[in-house]
Formats: sequence, structure tokens, C-alpha cells
Amino acid sequence: MNNIMIGRFVPGSSWVHRLDPRTKMIVTFVFIFVMLFASSWATYALSAAFVILAIRLTQQPFKLYWDGLKPIFWLILFTVVLQLFLTPGTPVVFHVGPLQVTWPGILNAIYVMIRFTLIILMSTIMTLSTPPTSIANALESLLAPLNKIHVPVAELALMLSIALRFVPLLMDETQKIMNAQKSRGMSFSTGGPIKRARAIVPLLIPLFVGALQRALDLANAMEIRGFKDAASRTKYRVLLYGRQDVVAFIGTLIFVLIFIGIKISGV
Amino acid sequence: MAITFEQVNFSYGAGTTLANPILHDINITIADHQVTAIIGQTGSGKSTLIQHLNGLLKPTTGQVTVDDLIVTNATKEKQLTKLRAKVGMVFQFPENQLFANTVLEDVMYGPLNFGYQTDEAKQSAQSALKMVNVAENLWQNSPFELSGGQMRRVAMAGALASNPDIVVMDEPAAGLDPKGQAELLELVANLRQSGKLVVFISHQMDHVVSVADQVIVMQDGHVAVQGTPADVFNRDIDWFKSVNLDLPRAGQFAEQLRANGVSLSRRPLTLTELATMLNEEHKHE
Repeated sequence: MNNIMIGRFVPGSSWVHRLDPRTKMIVTFVFIFVMLFASSWATYALSAAFVILAIRLTQQPFKLYWDGLKPIFWLILFTVVLQLFLTPGTPVVFHVGPLQVTWPGILNAIYVMIRFTLIILMSTIMTLSTPPTSIANALESLLAPLNKIHVPVAELALMLSIALRFVPLLMDETQKIMNAQKSRGMSFSTGGPIKRARAIVPLLIPLFVGALQRALDLANAMEIRGFKDAASRTKYRVLLYGRQDVVAFIGTLIFVLIFIGIKISGV
Repeated sequence: MAITFEQVNFSYGAGTTLANPILHDINITIADHQVTAIIGQTGSGKSTLIQHLNGLLKPTTGQVTVDDLIVTNATKEKQLTKLRAKVGMVFQFPENQLFANTVLEDVMYGPLNFGYQTDEAKQSAQSALKMVNVAENLWQNSPFELSGGQMRRVAMAGALASNPDIVVMDEPAAGLDPKGQAELLELVANLRQSGKLVVFISHQMDHVVSVADQVIVMQDGHVAVQGTPADVFNRDIDWFKSVNLDLPRAGQFAEQLRANGVSLSRRPLTLTELATMLNEEHKHE
């Protein structure tokens, strides 16, 4: 439970931590979008350099990011294997039964692995350097234009920030209930698949009961403090773009321009 | 059936960048057939310590021995089932663990997991429910229909039903009304009488002096002191302030008396003891 890095915030005061959350979100989305067009070694090298620079700017050890990649290792491996065997073309390198591994397949597999890794690292940089509530605020601010077509953006953002706030609580709760049931002899590792699936019931029911109770408590606590609707609330932390955000945007722009340059020149 | 800790260190996330050391060089022996209270301020490592008693946490280095079972960092999960059958664990707010359709089924969950036959499990569940005073007419109710105090008792019965030799409780009195607290202390005394080893965490020193044979004081992940209540609670008053602990009510009263010029030969633990000592030592004043 303690080593899941995806979506985890690590407090700090690095240059990246101090960026406006909207900046981080926009840069991350731009990066992911650009990555979809990466198709050569040069473009991957450029993107990797951009990610490594961003990681350095968070002043967190590389090992932290490495730990963050571990849980999705199998997902990456799965996509890589798919690419490896299912890309048609010539020359064929070798056969495994009806499956053939082609040279473009190998290349594609490596590309996909790099692309996947870079995208996840970039998103990790954002979540690692931004508290969940700031992410929700940024989303609210960025989606504000949708208010015009009557999308309840503020409500959605509040729901998101509450949901994010509950993640660590529910993880704690799961751990506690698991400990209690383990103490009563619960075991996930014995018996057939049906028995194993049934073993989850004593975990899920208390978790749901607890989550509903918590939600009711929170609703009461919000109401007695005068909550009416999310839209008319003001913010304690007002989001303001600063000089470093301009630097970040210019840096990203340069990255995108070089990227386009490489694509056009066909390297 | 004694428990020993030898040079136990524990960190959360050991070996990662976020390693968070909690326990440092714990060496203790918890004697059989006795009640041991663990006290110490919040965050001193009490809950982490007791989770080592049934292998929920394994020491990062060092070893924990419970009876003839040894738990080290290398112990496999499967080997711990035997240990967990021996140790009944009652967590903080144990009512959060209830899940079954009826009270009885919930209490039977532990015994069934530990290999009891259905009718054996039923019998031991019934006697556990009687031990914690849950009225028989509630046994077929849903545990979620009960009051908070009743849920607590059912959860305790759940831990006692597999008839463990060792009973561990993490702040069992938290949030109970005075009657519930008195019944809890009686339960602890009964468990001791029936020959069990009981370990409990408490913030209420009056509970500690009324039932504990041994006291372990935790501070910043170390064992600060281990001894009988009389030893521990006769330590220097400044030491108590340094570990952020209170004296039992009788001790506090004696300190007030001393500040006002009435000194006693030692610090009394209970109000009865205080009264007796006042009577003996200051009869002719």
C-alpha cells in the first residue's frame, strides 16, 4: 500500500513545485499530445531530454520516479509484446509458430515502450509536484469556459477534489480492515478462485459501510458550515501565473518548435 | 507462551527512498499469564509495536518470538496463520471490521478461518458473545443495526471466539461510556484469570493501574521503561512531563498534596491506596 507512487504528492519547494498548477497541467497535456506524433529516434531523444530536464527541476531523486514506474511495468510489457508480434512488415526476423517478429515490429515495440515511459514520467512529475486540491482547482479554472454551456464545472471540480482527498483515507481504511480480517484468519492466498473471490467480501462490505458513513458525515459537516453550492464559493488560494510560468511556457514552446522542425526535416 | 522482542527495528517502506523508521532496537519480554499495558504519547510507536505480535508487520531487522514461533523479516505469509490463531487482536474502533449478515455469523468468521467445524465455531462464538455481554436476542440481528457500544462488543467477541492464548487490544476503551469501560476492565481481569496473556494500549492511567501487572512506556519508537505499575508510576514527576504522560488520579492527588505540604512515603496508584496511606501516615495530624 505504501509504495504506490502514481498520483502521489511529494511536498517540496522546487521550481516545478512552485509553478502554477494550470501551467503544469497544460504543459503535461501538450507533451502527451506531441508524443503521439513522435516517430523517429531524434524526436524520442528530444522528448526524453525534455522529461529528464523536468525531473531534474523537481529536485527529487530519479529512484522515486523509477519506483513510480514499477506498478505499471506489466502494462508496458503487455503492450510491448503486442507490438512485437502483431506488427506486419519486412524483413521478418524470426517466427514463433504462426506469429512472426518483424524488424518494424521490434522498432515499434521499443518506440511504444519509450513513449509509454515518457508519458507516465511526465504525468508523475505533475502529480508528484502538485497537491491534489491544486489539480482540482486548475481543472476548474481551465474548464471555466464550459460554464457558458451550463456544465457545472465548479461542482465537478469540488467532487473531484473530494474524491482525491478520500483516496489516501480509503487506502488507510482498507489497510486497517485488512489487518483486522487477517488477524481473524482471512487469507487471499489459499483455496480455489471462488474461495479467493469470496475472501474479498469481508473486506469490501466494511469498506463500503465506512465510505458511506464518511460521506454522510462530510455532507453534514459541509452543510452546517453553510455550504450551498460550489459555484458561489471563493477560493483561499487564488491561482496566478508568474514569471516562472512564462519561462515554462516558452520552454515548452521551444520544445514543440524543435519537435516540429525535426518532423518537417524528416530526420 | 511468553513473547520476546530481540533487537527489533521497523521502518515503513524499508529500502525505498521514503523509508520511515518507526521502531528502534526494541528488546522486551512480555510474561505469560499477565496483563501488560503499553503507554506512551501518540506517535510513539505503540500501535506499530503490537502489530508485530501477530505478524501483521514483520520486523525489518531483529526477531519476535511468540511461544515457539519466530517471526523475522524472512517469515512467509503462510507461516503466520498459526500465529494468528494464537493471538486475538482487537484494533482501535474494531466495530469497523463487521461485515456478516448476522452477529453470530460475524463472530464465527475467525474460528471458521482457523479450521473449526461449523458447530464448534458456533459454540465458541456463542461463548465469546456471552463473555462480552451481548444479549442472546441480538445474535440473529444484523451487526449494522446495533448501537456503537454493542458493535464494539461483537467485534471483540470476533477476536476472542477462536479462543486465543494471547489477547491484544489497541485502545479498547476509546469512546466507551463509563459503564462500558468498567465492563471492559472486568473482561480484561477475567481473561487474565483464565490464564491468558493480555496486552493492551491505553491512554487512561487509571485503567492501567487497575488491571496491569506490567507497564511498557514507549517514547519516539524506543522502549523508555518497562516495569510494574508501582515502579513506573513512582518515577520522578519531571520524567512524566518529559514523556508527556499523566499520573493516575490518585498519583495526581498525591502530587497536589505534596505541593501543599502533605508528603507521602511513595506515590499511591489507586484511590483506595491513597486513602489507606493517608490514614496510616497522617493519622495524628
